[in-house]
Amino acid sequence: MHAPASILPLHIDGLSFEAGGALLLDNVSATLRPGLRTVILGPNGAGKSLLLRLCHGLLAPTGGALRWGAFCNGDEERVRRRQAMVFQRPVLLRRSALANITYALALRGVRPRARRVAEARAALERLGLAPLAERPARVLSGGEQQRLALARAWALSPDVLFLDEPTANLDPAASRAVEAAVEAIHAAGTKIVMTTHDLGQARRLADEILFLCGGRLLEQTPAATFFHAPRTPEAAAFLRGELVG
Amino acid sequence: MNDFDTALATAWRLIAAGDAALMDIVVLSLGVSLTAVLIASILGLPLGATIALARFRGRDAVVVAINALMGLPPVVAGLFVYLLLSRSGPLGAYGLLFTPTAMVVAQVVLVTPIIAALTRQIVDDLWREYRDELTSLGAGKLRAVPTLIWDARLSLVTVVLAGLGRAMAEVGAILVVGGNIAGVTRTMTTAIALETSKGDLALALGLGIVLLTLVLVINAVAHFAGVAARRAAG
Repeated sequence: MHAPASILPLHIDGLSFEAGGALLLDNVSATLRPGLRTVILGPNGAGKSLLLRLCHGLLAPTGGALRWGAFCNGDEERVRRRQAMVFQRPVLLRRSALANITYALALRGVRPRARRVAEARAALERLGLAPLAERPARVLSGGEQQRLALARAWALSPDVLFLDEPTANLDPAASRAVEAAVEAIHAAGTKIVMTTHDLGQARRLADEILFLCGGRLLEQTPAATFFHAPRTPEAAAFLRGELVG
Repeated sequence: MNDFDTALATAWRLIAAGDAALMDIVVLSLGVSLTAVLIASILGLPLGATIALARFRGRDAVVVAINALMGLPPVVAGLFVYLLLSRSGPLGAYGLLFTPTAMVVAQVVLVTPIIAALTRQIVDDLWREYRDELTSLGAGKLRAVPTLIWDARLSLVTVVLAGLGRAMAEVGAILVVGGNIAGVTRTMTTAIALETSKGDLALALGLGIVLLTLVLVINAVAHFAGVAARRAAG
């Protein structure tokens, strides 16, 4: 069977998520197209991470649905294999940096072992981690761990990469390295969808902004427009640094 | 506490002389308990990890049952295995009663719940931390089991040691199924029980000191190996 070139675009169709009687995500609809770096902004508790997790399939929505480009229902496993996610606090396995990547490649069915090792080394090389290949992943610094998580995600050559506050715990130098990596992954053709609470980072990276507030999607706006002329008063207040939501 | 001085002297004399009967007892004790713990680990580690990840009706009942089995009285386990292996029992044809094999079986019955229950708790906690990442990478629960066991390996060493402690210290089960036959099924603990009832407290205590020393050495080796591994692997 010939696989389509990309699982994108992702149509988010009236997505809702309810937990413990609270509606945490309320009827969100949007289309995520390939090529654009999408940054999800919004105050704490707006549902940014939740939306990422739902899109990535880590949680099942309580309402609405996701439609991935040409894929119909029943292709969930194949769709998942063409996505990757980098978490705010990535979980690295208690083995070497290199083995963290070969493990992920093995799960994607990359064979034989020699090919996994070669691809993992190339992934480490791309993020300047080659000298750390044999080091235990858990003894790396926070910034190195996050870059390793990015290298692992990139090694999977996903169509779309979700990033949940990838620099939230990092110092400026490490954040810069992560942003450069995100740029490189974008340039290599992977769709970027990330959340951040750092407006400067959003300005530097975003092509389009999804603005969430109180579980509702208030804007899907090109980044240039959003930062100069937000359409909603909530977004304007958010950009002024006021507490909203 | 004259007995205590005599016991220390006895213990030292037994070790220093390399007493052949003592060596047989030590070798048999270690052989039975280490074999039992090896088998119990092969069974208990994957069992505990699987229960940690599995979601099924009655899971809570299984967890409670295994936790409760940690407190299984050794004589009861021994009696159970005795009934299985006795001439008229379902496995009687193999003639295993009063052999070291029977003692291993009884200790496997005792130790497996301990290893499974503690593994379940540790892997449960680790799974909470790893679930999103492993799911994202595409590891199903079945694939996650060996990954989690490997990543919890430093904690699981302690679990295996707890199992070994139970096996080395235990007397009731192996006494019932082994019979404490000199040179065949006599271990440190059954010998201590025998010498105590015979009134030779010094020899019993001497054997006890040898046993304690052995357990101490095994735990020290495991502990410092774990410390070194933790330092290397983070």
